[in-house]
Amino acid sequence: MTNMNLQENFFAIFQLPMAYGVDIVALDSRYRELQRSVHPDRHVDASDQDKRLAMQWTTVVNEAHTTLRSPLKRAIYLLKMQQVNIEANPDLDPVFLMSQIELREELESLGSGDEGLASLDVFKARLNEALTQLEADFTSQFEHDLAAAAQTTVYKMQFFVKLADEADRLEEKLLDY
Amino acid sequence: MALLQITEPGQAVDPHQRKRAAGIDLGTTNSLIASVRSGRAETLADLQGAHLTPSVVRYLAEGGVEVGAQALAAASEDPLNTIVSVKRFMGRGLADIKTLGERLPYVFTQAEEGMPRLRVVSGDVSPVEISAEILRHLSERGAKTLGGELDGVVITVPAYFDDAQRQATRDAARLAGLNVYRLLNEPTAAAVAYGLDSGTQGVIAVYDLGGGTFDISLLRLNRGVFEVLATGGNSALGGDDFDQCIATWLIEQAGFTEQISHGQFRRLMTEARRIKEVLSMNDSVDVSIDIEGLKYSGTFKRVVFDALIGDLVADSLKACRRVVRDAGVSIDDIQSVVLVGGSTRVPLVRAEVSRFFAAEPLHNIDPDKVVAVGAAIQANILAGNKPDSDMLLLDVLPLSLGLETVGGLVEKIIHRNTAIPVSRAQEFTTYKDGQSAMLIHVVQGERERVQDCRSLARFELRGIPPMVAGAARISVVFQVDADGLLSVSATEMSTGVESQIVVKPSYGLTDNEITQMLKASFEFAEEDVKLRSLTEAQVEATSVVNAVAAAMAKDAEALLSADEIKALEAAMVALRAVLDSDDLQVILDEMGRLGAASDEFAARRMNASVKGALAGHQVEEFEIEQKD
Repeated sequence: MTNMNLQENFFAIFQLPMAYGVDIVALDSRYRELQRSVHPDRHVDASDQDKRLAMQWTTVVNEAHTTLRSPLKRAIYLLKMQQVNIEANPDLDPVFLMSQIELREELESLGSGDEGLASLDVFKARLNEALTQLEADFTSQFEHDLAAAAQTTVYKMQFFVKLADEADRLEEKLLDY
Repeated sequence: MALLQITEPGQAVDPHQRKRAAGIDLGTTNSLIASVRSGRAETLADLQGAHLTPSVVRYLAEGGVEVGAQALAAASEDPLNTIVSVKRFMGRGLADIKTLGERLPYVFTQAEEGMPRLRVVSGDVSPVEISAEILRHLSERGAKTLGGELDGVVITVPAYFDDAQRQATRDAARLAGLNVYRLLNEPTAAAVAYGLDSGTQGVIAVYDLGGGTFDISLLRLNRGVFEVLATGGNSALGGDDFDQCIATWLIEQAGFTEQISHGQFRRLMTEARRIKEVLSMNDSVDVSIDIEGLKYSGTFKRVVFDALIGDLVADSLKACRRVVRDAGVSIDDIQSVVLVGGSTRVPLVRAEVSRFFAAEPLHNIDPDKVVAVGAAIQANILAGNKPDSDMLLLDVLPLSLGLETVGGLVEKIIHRNTAIPVSRAQEFTTYKDGQSAMLIHVVQGERERVQDCRSLARFELRGIPPMVAGAARISVVFQVDADGLLSVSATEMSTGVESQIVVKPSYGLTDNEITQMLKASFEFAEEDVKLRSLTEAQVEATSVVNAVAAAMAKDAEALLSADEIKALEAAMVALRAVLDSDDLQVILDEMGRLGAASDEFAARRMNASVKGALAGHQVEEFEIEQKD
């Protein structure tokens, strides 16, 4: 019989097809099913050996769930499976970099108070739109084995995700968290 | 059906015997113990019929301690030796305690390293020791009520507790001689209490305002699985602050300008609490005090109280807004709000929470008892008393973990609200040629600068082989377990130099200190200790053999080759042969051999069970996917 093991790829753990499009509802419900069998609370009375395995498995299931649930992490993971690595300082199209600088400047000049929050909402919506487009790009590039193009798309996603994090931080500041 | 079980002394108990399991809510103001009896979770009362035990410990001049109501009664006459709200000091350094902004009557002393101690008549005691007294008191009540020593407990902590505070709580339990199944977050416990009663599905918010801490958590409930989506709060905000507001107002109204004595302050706080409690039911309360020259009489109106605490309540809602955002849900998604903690009886709190979540909050379980009740339900399941239960709690890390990097900045390794257990590896390199050691500083918190976060531990990785700057690759692995406790290990990748530490918080007790205290508290004769561990080893060895035998009966045929079965059986026979031996080392050796022999089998069984977990509904769901 075939067995799952700790080194299994994340898609196989969740028994999902290895593709960029993931059925989030199925992913979440399988996550709960897996947790029911591996979580340390299910092995409180077990031997130390079993407890250690339960902890390792739960850790892997959590990591796999987080990775597959995040569009960026999922894309990076899929490329890694194809031996395409993500560089720390990639060369990117100057036009794209310029537009990022402009977006960043825009974020910094959004102002404060309720007005600032309102324009921040609009700004975040635009970032989300751009990310959705990039996810669509990645889907088709990955399907057609365009590794280099898919890799570039991931670099662009990284820029937008970072910008979205900064927008969140600004929001925290404006809301005085 | 519970049959009376009689076992020979020293023999392993029947594994099917019902375990004595309890949930303990170790609160700032009050503590409770609860247990599931005849299928119902209920809090256990003391001989006087009281369920709530004030979290107060008094150290007596003649030695010994008083815990609970008796101790509280002495708080104003003997303030220095009567420790109130010790939970606020758990896992905290002296500097933190000073910033609590309270008038604390206690005399603190501090060794160079480690946690502060309080000077009482019988000597210096740490917050961990004081908390252990409360736990001991409660577990004695549990043992009396349930008819024997407790097999294990679940102890609740505020979700917002950091690693140092959790470690301190675990240390206190260890000192009290308790077997802790799990540290459980208070809001999760409350959700369990409600979830099982009403069979709620969907997203619920738990608003928990206790005496000294505030927690807000969002959970998704789905067929018995409680998944914490996000958690937040303020570990220094609670009902005590409301009392403080009232006390300060009374001092102002009285025009009292002298230094307030400890005794005066205690009595003033008691009066403040009374005012708060009356105002939970009435619009005003008559006040007439004369505390050693601090005089005031008049009518205290609820509107005045509401104005005094308005900012504090608003602070709590700010944390709510953040958690809703972190959970990635909108207010409309939240189906119900559960209120926990005595301070949620304050009408302004109820009104504001109800307005914020646009839902009438649930409070049909006594907010003082709901956490203990939930903890008891979880303890009962973890003890194995309810094998068919499908309840499972999936919790998250409450505060981000990070490392100090150049310039006093924090590099986050695991972000807050990540599901636990979790493990992350991070690589670092040397910055100087021939650098042989590296200091790693682990911090917890959300801020960017080290000084604004909580320092958890510093440790040194030594013996890095001499290399040019940047050539060494040091991998640091953070592992957070299901209790939310962190351990860190570091390895130099090219040579495999490893150093593993369990993070001992900067304000924690060292293992040695705990051992010392255990010795002091039990004063076991050496013979007893030896005898005890031999008996323990015999019991453990028996349960190990039984566990392997049971696993083999079930899975050996499917998962093992004939040779593997033979080897395992031989190891079992060898261990069985020495079960009655009075040589501790022989038992330990054979147990170790069986452990090694069954390692691979255990891994295969776990793997098979993971595979099996999704096997049931695989086919139909796959068909749905293909239709897409």
